[in-house]
Amino acid sequence: MTMRHEQVETNSALMLLLILAVISVGGLVEIVPLFSINETIEKVEGVRPNTPLEIRGRDIYIREGCYLCHSQMIRPFRDEWLRYGHYSLAAESQYDHPFQWGSKRTGPDLARVGGKYSNQWHVQHMKAPRSVVPQSIMPNYPWLLTNDLDYSDVADRMRALRVTGVPYSLTQQEYDANVKRFGPTVADQLDISKAEDNLLKEARDKNFDGIPGRVTEMDALVAYLQSLGTMVDFTKYDEGYFATFR
Amino acid sequence: MSDNKLNAAQQSGAVQTTGHAWDGDLQEYNNPLPRWWLWCFYGTVVFSVLYWFIYPSWPVGQTWLKGFGKVDYTIVDKKTNKVEEREQRWNTRALLLADLGEAANNEQRKAMLSKVRAASHDQIVKDPKMMEFVRSVGKGLFGDNCAACHGRGGQGVVGMYPNLSDDDWLWGGSMDKIHETLVQGRKGFMPAFEGVLKPEQLDDVAEYALVLSNEAKPSEASERGKEIFQGQIGGCYYCHGADAKGVPSQGAANLTDKIWTIANVPAQKTLQDKKAVLKTLIANGVNNTRIMPAWKGRLNDDDIKLLAVYVQQLGGAK
Ligand code: HEC
Ligand code: HEC
Ligand code: HEC
Repeated sequence: MTMRHEQVETNSALMLLLILAVISVGGLVEIVPLFSINETIEKVEGVRPNTPLEIRGRDIYIREGCYLCHSQMIRPFRDEWLRYGHYSLAAESQYDHPFQWGSKRTGPDLARVGGKYSNQWHVQHMKAPRSVVPQSIMPNYPWLLTNDLDYSDVADRMRALRVTGVPYSLTQQEYDANVKRFGPTVADQLDISKAEDNLLKEARDKNFDGIPGRVTEMDALVAYLQSLGTMVDFTKYDEGYFATFR
Repeated sequence: MSDNKLNAAQQSGAVQTTGHAWDGDLQEYNNPLPRWWLWCFYGTVVFSVLYWFIYPSWPVGQTWLKGFGKVDYTIVDKKTNKVEEREQRWNTRALLLADLGEAANNEQRKAMLSKVRAASHDQIVKDPKMMEFVRSVGKGLFGDNCAACHGRGGQGVVGMYPNLSDDDWLWGGSMDKIHETLVQGRKGFMPAFEGVLKPEQLDDVAEYALVLSNEAKPSEASERGKEIFQGQIGGCYYCHGADAKGVPSQGAANLTDKIWTIANVPAQKTLQDKKAVLKTLIANGVNNTRIMPAWKGRLNDDDIKLLAVYVQQLGGAK
């Protein structure tokens, strides 16, 4: 049987299927091979999945729509290099689901904002951006300080991320593998059975929001912001090395 | 639109139809594409094949076609510290390295930078050319990295971030000290005196702080405050100095001038309020709220040196 033009044009279901087949070619050719290419993700040390507190911070980041104004991808161009620092590596967002790359920059890129400011600055800036940057057009987020953090489902969130391939551990075997891969301190943070304790401990020990004794949404968000772009120690690598990966 | 008359060319059959007919008489003309357009199209097809050879393209098994394109760049080898010429297959990361290398090799900038690198602080400040360079580079660096806390002009925010545009320094205003501040960061710390001193004693010592800065006249209360300040109970002199002019190694503020970095004394109208803000500050101390991040690792050595000179000049220091 030969398929004729007319058959396709008069059968909308068939046409739809064929359109889907044609437009998926681009995606299949560009994306699928990356899964099997060895050099898609640079081999660097230090990148680890988020801690439970950072996971919640990231959720809040997404809930508040911060990504609408902020990207988290520094591109390999000179102006970006000078302003933000080292360009982002694929390795650095390997545990991000969904990634926060983006190209919409009403505000600056945040891929390397970790360590750039103090916790106190972040708290003040979230509460009232214009109190520290008078020209800012960023909205105020005062409720982050008044809302207690809901962490009741953090273990479930880790379980969901585990399904997508993030190495949070459920079994002793997985835990041992994490110890080997990330060292005991990080492996403990990745242990789903300790999620809540870890979250509370990190929030209390580091007290990101400056309010002792309370765990607010601000604690989580600032913990997340302070982790951004800090995991790879670039002084350990020769720049030419990264250029072999693309 | 309702006028369905055919024009002459169409009637004569010069323009053909696609051959489909709907509803009995609804037909579609088949107008061939202009020739120039077609040639452009073929051109892009040919280019796409060339593209496969020049640039990274098709995936093949666990790797991909890398292309014949090359990029040359110079880089300082991290291990040997020597400048190396390298060749690398084409990609945007290699292009960036080439671009950065070129920028670093810009004769003027390179000459300036090596001059600044070799020069002592005094030499830089005395050389108008070098200072011009410091100001132009420093302004950009300051805007990107420091302005969010210290303000665009370095004016700071009372209570949170110190003013860098006056010649009053917590940690010392010499080039070396400012350099040290930038490299390792700073953390302001003063113990909380709530509980250590009784409320009346806090009042007294706050009164003394007002006297020190000439806000109030000496009184009995301030004399009692002085004893606490200079004695073992308060031990304020330990950090602020017996003359209360501050001890830079502790980052402790000078209390004898009218410049306030934490307690917003000038904004208070009455003496009562001035004393109240000081009392609150002394009671609470400063812990974990005044943190200056460390910039080593984030900024390179040249940038830090340029910034140190820039910041010192903001303060109008000689
Ligand atoms: C309407 C757009 C907008 C939204 C939404 C927004 N921001 Fe911003 N943000 C800005 C702008 C503009 C700046 C630059 C001025 C400033 O520092 O306030 C900025 C600056 C920042 C900075 C400082 C970056 C730097 O390197 O100086 C951080 C951190 C930040 N935003 C975090 C957030 C977070 C977290 C959220 C969500 C809770 C958020 N922003 C939502 C516009 C936005
Ligand atoms: C997160 C906010 C923040 C950022 C960003 C920041 N600083 Fe600071 N800086 C501070 C704070 C807070 C202090 C005061 C520390 C203290 O109280 O001892 C300070 C102190 C200083 C001092 C010492 C002042 C003195 O009186 O001795 C200098 C110099 C300085 N900063 C320069 C810079 C430069 C240059 C940059 C940019 C590279 C920068 N700062 C970025 C918060 C910041
Ligand atoms: C451990 C050292 C230390 C001791 C002891 C100490 N201070 Fe301080 N004090 C500091 C430092 C450091 C700062 C500046 C903090 C900063 O800039 O982050 C400061 C700031 C102040 C300020 C604010 C100055 C301004 O410009 O806003 C006052 C007032 C003050 N101290 C009074 C006292 C009094 C009164 C005592 C004794 C009861 C005392 N301090 C004991 C270290 C100390």
